[in-house]
Amino acid sequence: MAVVVKIPTQLRAAAGGEAETVLDGATVQEVLDGLFERFEELRTRISDDDGSLRRFVNVYLAGEDIRFLDGLQTPVSDGAELTILPAVAGG
Amino acid sequence: MAVSHLQCKECKAEYPLEALYVCDQCFGPLEVVYDHDRSTLDVGELRRRIQGGPQNIWRYADFLPLAGGPPGPSGRLASRVGLPAGCTPLIRADRLAERLGLREVWVKNDAANPTHSFKDRVVSVAVTRARELGFETIACASTGNLANSVAAHGAALGMDSYVFIPADLEEQKILATGIYGTTLVGVEGSYDDVNRLCTELCAERDWAFVNINLRPYYAEGSKTLAFEIAEQLGWEIPDRCVVPVASGSLFTKIAKGFEEWIELGLLDGGGPSSIGSSAPRLPRMNGAQAEGCSPVASAFAAGNEVCRPVKPSTIAKSLAIGNPADGPYALDLARRTGGSVDAVTDEEIRAGIKLLAETTGVFTETAGGVTTAVLSKLAARGDIDPDERVVLVITGEGLKTLDAVRGAFETHTIAPTIEAFEAGVPEGTAV
Repeated sequence: MAVVVKIPTQLRAAAGGEAETVLDGATVQEVLDGLFERFEELRTRISDDDGSLRRFVNVYLAGEDIRFLDGLQTPVSDGAELTILPAVAGG
Repeated sequence: MAVSHLQCKECKAEYPLEALYVCDQCFGPLEVVYDHDRSTLDVGELRRRIQGGPQNIWRYADFLPLAGGPPGPSGRLASRVGLPAGCTPLIRADRLAERLGLREVWVKNDAANPTHSFKDRVVSVAVTRARELGFETIACASTGNLANSVAAHGAALGMDSYVFIPADLEEQKILATGIYGTTLVGVEGSYDDVNRLCTELCAERDWAFVNINLRPYYAEGSKTLAFEIAEQLGWEIPDRCVVPVASGSLFTKIAKGFEEWIELGLLDGGGPSSIGSSAPRLPRMNGAQAEGCSPVASAFAAGNEVCRPVKPSTIAKSLAIGNPADGPYALDLARRTGGSVDAVTDEEIRAGIKLLAETTGVFTETAGGVTTAVLSKLAARGDIDPDERVVLVITGEGLKTLDAVRGAFETHTIAPTIEAFEAGVPEGTAV
């Protein structure tokens, strides 16, 4: 499955300046693993030591927070869009 | 200039005072750091300077994140600073206290701000900092009150503004935004969808999103609620504050305001329950949420350190943030001060609005109903010592959420005669 991953501005320097990249994977976890293989520096920025997402990192699949889906095990379909964003307080 | 730099709340990495809001190392939120020097501080002189300052938040300019000091020649001219926020009434609410079996309750009525909510405090600071940084356009993602405030500040300062709201927001909040001539965008989705869209848009536009890229400055404005409460209580700190929780920012920044002043020695010992102990300490902080959107209260009850996001469904739309970014900090604050985060039902919210109105003459929006209902709950549960001095923070105006009080009372319609009045209207209305 080819998935478009959108990279937030804060991480673009660690991703060769790219705003988005296309990766293969059947789940969110597999896509992120592919992202970390391509840009090793992103691994520690996004993930904790135990492999889970850092608590201020939000990941959306087609606009839906993956925590409302199956988290990192959420299946992804061909052409899907995965967006990584920092959590921001609102009001 | 007391403001020093931005710092990540998680990994403590330092950043310059620019339009940055997230740590690019760990994604933690950035916060403003000051370099107040207690050794050279003259407390008496500082208190006098504050008391002689303008009747708005700029009297606390020493504790706000502006590089150039307060805006305008003296901070007194509204036309130079936008809308004058703050200096709202702190009302002693004896009838409310009596109803709840408490001795001393105060209502901080922030509906008395220019656009009728506490958001004017944070927007004043954010917009002033945005101008210092050279922005010409302001924007926000809002649950309503922020929309009103950003649109009004844009109008007052002659800045372009873009306001993004959930499309199904209360009509009163939509009308009280569009009238200021802003570009109003109703997004089909929840506030969390609006917030996500604006976070993405923030990278594409050279705008000051007050609660995104200007967020470290914006959030500091909430400290002025603590400063005012302490100043209005005669430089004393209350024993307990009950505060609504949406993202958790207001709740944590009120505590930060008290902490900064305690650290500088600006405050005396606490209220009646602290007699005999001269060292001021943080009030017990009680957060208030609606059951239909209570990720922080749920995490508090479960003993968790992080919040699981929820899909909001509550009449308290101004608190309907299902993914509260400051949730972990709100949980920590409630626990370390001996407070709590509680949730109440929509029925309890309506009853809270009515209780506050009937006992204090203050008509609040649904968020204030949440806060009042949580105070009632804490009192009924026996969590509050009867000698405590309690401050109830009311953040918004009842006229903005009129649907919540429809059917809450009866109107006696009569013919214009004495006979009809005597036959149709019962005597005595005091409650």
